[in-house]
Amino acid sequence: MPDEPKHIVTSFEADLKKLRDMIATMGGLVEQAVADSANALLNRDAELAARVIEHDPQINAEQHAVEQFAVRLLALRQPVADDLRQVIQALKVVTDLERIGDYAANIAKRSIVINQVATRFSLSGLGQMALMVQQNLKSSIDTVGEADPQKAIAVWRADQMVDDLYNTIFRELITYMMEDARNITACTHLLFIAKNLERIGDHTTNIAELTYYAITGENLPDFRPKGDQTAAYTHPANG
Amino acid sequence: MEIASQQQMSSPQAFPALSPLAPETAAARVTIRNLNFYYGQTQALKNVSIDFPDRRTTAMIGPSGCGKSTLLRVLNRMYDLYPGQRAEGEVMMNGQNIIAPSQNLNHLRRRIGMVFQKPTPFPKSIYENVIFGVRLHEKLSKAEADERVEWALTRAALWGEVKDRLHSSASGLSGGQQQRLCIARSIAVRPDVLLLDEPTSALDPISTLKIEELVDELKQDFCIVIVTHNMQQAGRCADQVAFFYLGELVEVGPSSQIFTAPRERKTQEYITGRFG
Repeated sequence: MPDEPKHIVTSFEADLKKLRDMIATMGGLVEQAVADSANALLNRDAELAARVIEHDPQINAEQHAVEQFAVRLLALRQPVADDLRQVIQALKVVTDLERIGDYAANIAKRSIVINQVATRFSLSGLGQMALMVQQNLKSSIDTVGEADPQKAIAVWRADQMVDDLYNTIFRELITYMMEDARNITACTHLLFIAKNLERIGDHTTNIAELTYYAITGENLPDFRPKGDQTAAYTHPANG
Repeated sequence: MEIASQQQMSSPQAFPALSPLAPETAAARVTIRNLNFYYGQTQALKNVSIDFPDRRTTAMIGPSGCGKSTLLRVLNRMYDLYPGQRAEGEVMMNGQNIIAPSQNLNHLRRRIGMVFQKPTPFPKSIYENVIFGVRLHEKLSKAEADERVEWALTRAALWGEVKDRLHSSASGLSGGQQQRLCIARSIAVRPDVLLLDEPTSALDPISTLKIEELVDELKQDFCIVIVTHNMQQAGRCADQVAFFYLGELVEVGPSSQIFTAPRERKTQEYITGRFG
């Protein structure tokens, strides 16, 4: 952690910094992918969507690079205590980041389909959800390598609002489909997009949990209030 | 047949426990309370309180001069050999304070075996090395002595390598074998506690692993306390790890906790190589 005395072996210090930098680089690519996919949807920008899909392999390549570097650190440095926790955090965070990249690419793909069908309703709810998810993602990536567990807890808790918004959007989209069957194609894709954003939120909380572990050596409680209630949802008209 | 195989499946040999019992669940063999130790005017141990659980391995780590070897020397009263060195406090074993002046040192040293950094075989045969200490305390027949030598060498994982040359000189053994011989010599008197002071620092990696494997075996019968500068070794061998700094016990805990999430900042800085 940054506020600690430096390692006697300076090359180990440099390796750990490189690991943090690699995660920051990958995090930056993933943040960009999520922002671009949301903009592609909201601005009906197929070109931007195509770019997100095109860049996804780069994120996967970053994941492999971090994994290889972390394995090398484990084999050659045999880290312990907070150093070990940092390396474990890196190995797991990149899996979450890679999945977030996949969700962003999926949002981009679906946005291209939505461009081709008419939507007679506002996407502002989704826009708001995307913005919230992006803010939490940025905060969670920023906490990696920092020494403040409270920041990680704040991000971990903030996902509740994303879940609440997702429930609202879910109900809203079901209503549009019931109102007019011609909305079904667009709304189905939008439901998946909302679900993708909700899943990005969940992976963001995973990153915050890993940061908390890396800093404190303790796990956050298994139970985080899960706000996604759509699995049990029935529309009032059907109930 | 089926029943027999089921029994075999459920036997402890078939499924050894994944993790040993936590150190705190084992009864303490040695209980140290408020131990202070002085080399003349210099205080080398400051108010140390720690338990060494029976049938567990405790590793003591810390930078040079932190007091860990001093603590080992207290446990078998080696300091008595030097004027001006004194210990205060309580080191309880089997209900007796072993640092009390009334303590019989011969009895104490039979109950506490010690192995040093460099192998220290006597210039005698392998057989004589093992039985030497036993003869000081017990009168054994030839058959009993043979049996004890075989038992000790077997427990020290050396029997197979030396059984055909028991009466040749111990100095013909390799460094690793000599160290295992010293362990055999220590356990031949059937002590309660085995102290190992950096037992592998003079050995090659394979001999080191053999000693570590041996420590794992021996802890089924003894309370083992090992001083080591090799942090990985402490992690591999020990159930509990104690970190000393400037004569104080900074932290003691299960080795898995010390090496993944130490509570004390000083411990973390030491084991991660940030000291100084």
